[in-house]
Amino acid sequence: MRVSIAFAFAATGLAATPAAAQEMAVSVEIPRLRVAEYHRPYVAIWIEDASGKSVRTLDVWYDVDLSPEDGTKWLPDMRTWWRRAGRSMKMPANGVSAPTKAPGTHARTYRQGSRPLANLPAGSYTLRVEAAREVGGRELVSLPFQWPPKASTSATARGKSELGAVRLTTKR
Amino acid sequence: MFAKPSLLALGLALGLSSLLPSQADAHRRWLLPSATVLAGESDLVTVDAAASNGLFLFEHRPMPLDSLVVTGPDGEPVDPTILGSGAYRSVFDVPLAMQGTYRIALVSEGVMGSYELNGERQRFRGSTDELPAGATDIRTSHNNSRTETFVTLGAPSDTALQPTNSGLEMVPVTHPNDVVAGEPAVMRFLLDGQPAADLEVEFVAGGTRYRDDPGIAMLRTDAEGRLTLEAGEPGMYYLEASSTREAADGEPERRASYTAVLEFLPL
Repeated sequence: MRVSIAFAFAATGLAATPAAAQEMAVSVEIPRLRVAEYHRPYVAIWIEDASGKSVRTLDVWYDVDLSPEDGTKWLPDMRTWWRRAGRSMKMPANGVSAPTKAPGTHARTYRQGSRPLANLPAGSYTLRVEAAREVGGRELVSLPFQWPPKASTSATARGKSELGAVRLTTKR
Repeated sequence: MFAKPSLLALGLALGLSSLLPSQADAHRRWLLPSATVLAGESDLVTVDAAASNGLFLFEHRPMPLDSLVVTGPDGEPVDPTILGSGAYRSVFDVPLAMQGTYRIALVSEGVMGSYELNGERQRFRGSTDELPAGATDIRTSHNNSRTETFVTLGAPSDTALQPTNSGLEMVPVTHPNDVVAGEPAVMRFLLDGQPAADLEVEFVAGGTRYRDDPGIAMLRTDAEGRLTLEAGEPGMYYLEASSTREAADGEPERRASYTAVLEFLPL
């Protein structure tokens, strides 16, 4: 019995995930800023569906280890993400929480069928990237996309202050 | 230091007149929290309590804190730390040890009145049973006053927002810590638990010192006691409403007032 259930799960997994799984690659540029007091920004990367509801939080870069202080205290500064997703999540979240990043371009790849993307149903979505910096500003960059991608696509949006280029590449 | 509900009577005896608006002192009464949306395992808000005309300026007098009631996310009272009162404001801290929404309020209820004795008008508080013999032309009013604000640690919750069904109250339809500039927020008003229909409500943004326009929106509730708040700009906003029912059929005059501070965040 146990064996047949395991087999059934495996078979379902195969059916939902073609041999070459769809994936989305996101690169986020954190600009180098000349300011008197610089702290690396907190960054949240998430997906909203066509109604504006958050359906996946993919990455949250913050002071995961600020002991003895509580690094989660400033998460609401990413106010759009906080309102739509963060405040209902338990942080740190496995595979989502990560330390803040230095200025430069940071690439992440998310695969259909694997966390944190899991199995994202077909539909129209918006990728959101929000950055908030201590003693600094806050910025939100958005990129609409279709899932699953019909062809391999690439799109770029650019922030003006706290974010540089945000690039989304989807592969079928 | 702080008054539990059971100690309210004491607070009333000491400071009722200062908690209730009158023609002579129609200053706005408010509780201004340091933040309304917070995160983490635990945190703390510090709150200023003052009466003033300008918002949110310390310019008139502190609010007494005898009647301070803080309700936690589980509906249980939370002990604030009273730091004290200066010339223009009182200050207290509220520890947030539990995830959810806290209701922070100055609440008073009591009977006030006046009578005539030996040709002179005298004021009294409390029951008419204790009036001196020979008192005539006794006039009484039953008063409720509520001044409040709301803060949330983590995800918003509703337990602390349940109405007490006493006096004038705001029952949020839109959660008070989920309001943002540019999105309509719906609130419902109750008087003694019943819809407060056709109630006039003043809605004003803080920062009055920095503008010429007083910026007062006079809103009116519908038959269900509902109204919609729309904040054009993010910031701390002040709400005020009051109702008076004339004395009739042996019932004393009924007066109730309500004020609140809401923070509309930028989207």
